[in-house]
Amino acid sequence: MATILTEAEARALLQKVLNYSKADECEVNLSGDISGNIRYARNEVSTSGAKTNQNLVVQSAYGKKVGTATIDEFDDASLEKVVRRSEELAKLAPENPEYVGILGPQTYLKSNGYFASTANLTPDARAAAVAKSLELTRAANLTGAGFMEDSHGYQAMMNSKGLFAYYPSTNVNFSLTVRTADGKGSGYVARGYSDVSKLDTAAATRIAMQKAAASASAKALEPGKYTVILEPTAAAVLMENVFFNMDARSADEGRSFLSKPGGKTKLGEKLMDPRVTIYSDPTNPDLPASPWAGDGQAQKKITWIDKGVVTNMFYSRYWAQKQGKTPVPFPNNAIMAGGTASLEDMIKGTQRGILVTKLWYIRPVDPQTLLYTGLTRDGTFYIENGKIKHAVKNFRFNESPVIMLNNLEVLGKPERVVSTESQGNYLIPPMKIREFTFSSLSDAV
Amino acid sequence: MGLSAAGILLPTIPGLGRSVDPGVLLEAGMDVAVKKRLADAALNAAKAKGATYTDVRIGRYLNQFVVTREDKVQNIANTESYGVGVRVIANGCWGFAALVDAKNEADVARAAEEAVAIAKANSRLIKQPVQLAPQQGYGEVSWKAPIKQNAFEVPIKEKVDLLLGVNAAAMKNGANYVNSVLFMVNEQKYIATSDGTYADQDIHRIWPIFNVTCIDPKSGKFETRNALSAPSGMGYDYLQVNPADKVTGVTTRYNKGYDMLEDVTAAAQQAKQKLSAKSVEAGKYDLVLDPSHLWLTIHESVGHPLELDRVLGYEANFAGTSFATLDKWQSKNFQYGSKLVNFVADKQQVGSLGAVGYDDEGVKTKQWDLVRDGILVNYQAIRDQAAIIGEKASHGCCYADSWSTVQFQRMPNVSLSAGKTPLSVADMIKDVKKGIYIVGDGSFSIDQQRYNFQFGGQLFYEIKDGQIAGMLKDVAYQSNTQEFWNSCAAICDERDYRLGGSFFDGKGQPSQSSAVSHGSATTRFNGVNVINTARKI
Repeated sequence: MATILTEAEARALLQKVLNYSKADECEVNLSGDISGNIRYARNEVSTSGAKTNQNLVVQSAYGKKVGTATIDEFDDASLEKVVRRSEELAKLAPENPEYVGILGPQTYLKSNGYFASTANLTPDARAAAVAKSLELTRAANLTGAGFMEDSHGYQAMMNSKGLFAYYPSTNVNFSLTVRTADGKGSGYVARGYSDVSKLDTAAATRIAMQKAAASASAKALEPGKYTVILEPTAAAVLMENVFFNMDARSADEGRSFLSKPGGKTKLGEKLMDPRVTIYSDPTNPDLPASPWAGDGQAQKKITWIDKGVVTNMFYSRYWAQKQGKTPVPFPNNAIMAGGTASLEDMIKGTQRGILVTKLWYIRPVDPQTLLYTGLTRDGTFYIENGKIKHAVKNFRFNESPVIMLNNLEVLGKPERVVSTESQGNYLIPPMKIREFTFSSLSDAV
Repeated sequence: MGLSAAGILLPTIPGLGRSVDPGVLLEAGMDVAVKKRLADAALNAAKAKGATYTDVRIGRYLNQFVVTREDKVQNIANTESYGVGVRVIANGCWGFAALVDAKNEADVARAAEEAVAIAKANSRLIKQPVQLAPQQGYGEVSWKAPIKQNAFEVPIKEKVDLLLGVNAAAMKNGANYVNSVLFMVNEQKYIATSDGTYADQDIHRIWPIFNVTCIDPKSGKFETRNALSAPSGMGYDYLQVNPADKVTGVTTRYNKGYDMLEDVTAAAQQAKQKLSAKSVEAGKYDLVLDPSHLWLTIHESVGHPLELDRVLGYEANFAGTSFATLDKWQSKNFQYGSKLVNFVADKQQVGSLGAVGYDDEGVKTKQWDLVRDGILVNYQAIRDQAAIIGEKASHGCCYADSWSTVQFQRMPNVSLSAGKTPLSVADMIKDVKKGIYIVGDGSFSIDQQRYNFQFGGQLFYEIKDGQIAGMLKDVAYQSNTQEFWNSCAAICDERDYRLGGSFFDGKGQPSQSSAVSHGSATTRFNGVNVINTARKI
């Protein structure tokens, strides 16, 4: 059997699995994907590989007793075995008071995240894309270390109440670190797309090369509060921690940055600069995502922060029922609205500030204030009178994205970025922030 | 790139294989004679196609998680993954192929042939052929973790009862919320190499953890306290603690066994105490660091910078490079730390996460010095790296996290040797005028060349004129690796030596995870910069 099933093939296989079920309720999730990658370092390919995955998850329930079993073989005997196994586990499990049952049929938005260009990418084409990058760094006597990975696959689900969902998708991520031969300069670039025809590895490589060469003679500035321009790659790793922490249950329980004393939350309150709007939309053509969640709930366009005000949080179906709210699934994408300014415009409009290419090793320090620490890396530059004057040594920061988004000066044009921490893709604008807190210097290049 | 930031308390941990019913985990693995037949099929097939070196790994990886919060079991998951990975050198280049559910010789031979074909195809892209350190074959050998009780043999009910008892104790002692998890691992690994080694190994790991939250309803402030357990290379016996393995003091800490119920009781009380603790005044302090905290600082500032692949630039795009460059090592006088500082790499330490008999390229494991009397003397190197640092043999620290992934250089246990002169923790504290005593690991971050770092913790106690003066909060310290280890002023003796560690050290693209322990005794560092992390939003 093929690894990537069409909608009709997935429907037939799921129906066959459900036909084995004897439980009160049964829900089956199915997925398959094929990915290929090339890794290189010191201007040479170091490893490359291809990976095929397929997986079937069966959840059976007797009342509130639930069992789950998974298998990666799809012959009839294996399909029946995995159903029986989930039923046995369900019978052994204690009652889960938080089990709310499965959903009936749902209506989903249309979202196109599957591009034949990416699905049909050959190993030769992947190698050629990497070769373009290597040729440039080798010719310039700079050292490239990079990674390119493309994948195509699908997810599908069906349950005993008649719900069916199918979503095919493709993705390619390319990242590159270029270092100068003397190890004194380093530059970075990352690109993520659903459609590989948008990926220009040569153009991306030139950006990392320019940053590497320009950062080779960095000067030290005193740590302190500075106006910064965070490129989208740098902003993404702080912004994703806002998205990840918008769970209603944690807020209601009093252990979130959205909690208030006395069991209240900040829902409906202004938390950030009025220019800050954060939302999810599975149909966005630049960041397409599955229009359904893993439990079959429909993903809709939803705004989390609207003009600085907290407007929505995620509610699991259990927590929504308990609180008398409408369930809101954890979204499949996240988008921050921006302005029209280009990065160049933002630099031009800056009297004194620091341009940050990338932030690294981001870890939570205080969940109550969403305080994070981490460091700048691979291209940090001092701006004076609208121009980049010189490279600066890297800094450690301690900053909360909530405080940062209250100190907003300018938002630029959003672009698709890949998080260097979670590998998640987002649409994020470059942002100019005043009084960003750098707490110490780093000697790292 | 370092330890995963992903919450280990998540009810589901994807990517660990397919889940299975509990009985399957007790079925005996494949007979060793069958493994040898499969391995020989691959070794012969690769050789026939022109491979000059081959290793075959046949792996069965079992995991079990029991995940709870308060009075509820959120998830019980059993996963199993079985398959074969074949790695070869042909035309001087590495090639690798893996096969799921490989149970017959013809399939395994085909995987070996595919690995050779990949090696030959990629050989056009390399400038220098792979140079492998020579390695003797050991014949048919085996190694088994010295566990007393296989955690997979303990009934689920016993584990559920333990965790629900832990949660109840937390709630009874003032916690508002508690999550707890038991995480158990069994790697049944077989490696055969064309050098003539056939090693069958049985590795066990266990990690009991919890997180307690206390909330002040008036101010809305919340504080947490995580378990002071260490992930361990032991069986369920880790949860049966001998009184001699308890370390008493400001809070009880544990050595070779762990009392989860006792620790969670203290945790609930301490999380509550943290709510009214004094916020630290930023400045320079002498730090007294407990092994339950110091393991993470050792991991980030010593373990990672001495990985030879990072030093050479192979991890530049992800994990980063290293300040500990070859010229510093070659100088033979690079002062990594003060004269008291000795770091030992070790793949044999009993009860540690890194302990195995043979690594994932068939090299018998050992221990070796990394830093001796403060001077950098060695790195961590595997067979294709040994020649670069003039070593005649691999250090035996090659590892892959699955049969389906390619093995590469991974961190062995890296530990700070205990002090040679007798010194207790109480005596160490007596000598400190203005200091902070830190227990448990917390927030952690370090730059990509391992110079600048910042660490938090679980419990912070102010030391004033040789006395513990009360609890502090909002504490994090920042330093530079070389400056920090050169500020090391005293190390307690071996009576206080304990292991800490992690299941989730990440490295490589696509990323692989490995488990590693770090030992130390309580250690004092003078004049370290402490910041206050309190903010208002």
